[in-house]
Amino acid sequence: MREVAFKILRFDPEKDSKPHWESYRVELEPTDRVLDGLEAIKGSVDGSLSLRRSCAHGVCGSDAMLINGRNRLACKVLVKNVKQPIAIEPMRGFKVIKDLIVDMEGFFSKYRQVSPYLIEAGPAPEKERLQSPEERERFDDTTKCILCGACTTSCPSFWADPDYIGPAAIVQAHRFIFDSRDAGKEKRLKIMNEKEGVWRCRTVFNCVEACPRGINVTRAIAEVKQALVRGKV
Amino acid sequence: MEAKLRRGGVSMDRQEPLTTSYGSRVKPSGGIELTAWLFMRISGIVLLVLALGHLFIMHVFNSVHVIDYDFVARRYVKIFWRGYDLTMLWLAMIHGLNGMRTLVDDYLHPPARGIVVKGMYVVGGLFLILGTWVIMAFRSP
Repeated sequence: MREVAFKILRFDPEKDSKPHWESYRVELEPTDRVLDGLEAIKGSVDGSLSLRRSCAHGVCGSDAMLINGRNRLACKVLVKNVKQPIAIEPMRGFKVIKDLIVDMEGFFSKYRQVSPYLIEAGPAPEKERLQSPEERERFDDTTKCILCGACTTSCPSFWADPDYIGPAAIVQAHRFIFDSRDAGKEKRLKIMNEKEGVWRCRTVFNCVEACPRGINVTRAIAEVKQALVRGKV
Repeated sequence: MEAKLRRGGVSMDRQEPLTTSYGSRVKPSGGIELTAWLFMRISGIVLLVLALGHLFIMHVFNSVHVIDYDFVARRYVKIFWRGYDLTMLWLAMIHGLNGMRTLVDDYLHPPARGIVVKGMYVVGGLFLILGTWVIMAFRSP
């Protein structure tokens, strides 16, 4: 065990007019994760610290936050791998509700707009909907998204224009647009082709850097642009 | 979910007919943003050739000391060079204006956005007219 220093951007809407930094020190193993540190702070130093977490194993996407200036999942970063004091901030571009908890309603509203579910062309087949390995491979990368918001909140286009549908929603649209079993491409491509759709992407590549699942987000966006330009998937 | 969801400037119409499948032609393509995006790519590549050509002709192959009125007048006897300059002027102006428009779209909000964009179009349009007029109306002695 050794002492690990944190500084956390705190904000309590009932008390603070603007966010402020607070420093903490907790005993941790070097192989502990940043999330363990935050829970140690919440558990033994300051119970008012508010954060989201659920599975704590990089699958649910609840604990995306800025760790030393980069969008990361707190459950996937070991304390020994980051410089101290470990600076923790809420994701940028979303309204902060309290401390590290941000309002993701707009984010999920955009997610819902791309109809992130299979749209059938006709009646359901008796058994499963068959697909070749190649057809499945076509959209494999974008199936990995866990909707943590790390890509969208690392995107300067989104910071500047919160109406931009954002990389996460485009990734979700890509996942169905390039699925051979899906019949809702026109509808999704129409949304992608709007002013606040894919054309807002300036290929900054921050989303690729931020994605904790290693999705090549910018490539997915480019493929959607290409589908629009060529008029075919 | 509601039949029509509109938020953040992106609309969703659930009444769209579902007719496409993998590998088919999908509509809609086209639209002003798509056209603008494609224009930026194509004009960018063409401008790279034209502008580099211009740079080399004016500053590498010919010294700035030999470039004078007569040099330009001799060039403009040939319709080719007028076409070259005219193409470069139009592509560069529209490319630049559209680039500025996207920047303004990103960082300004109504009503400032509309005012600045329209102002840019007016200034850009004047430059285009002036430049075109000079290239077209120039009389080589």
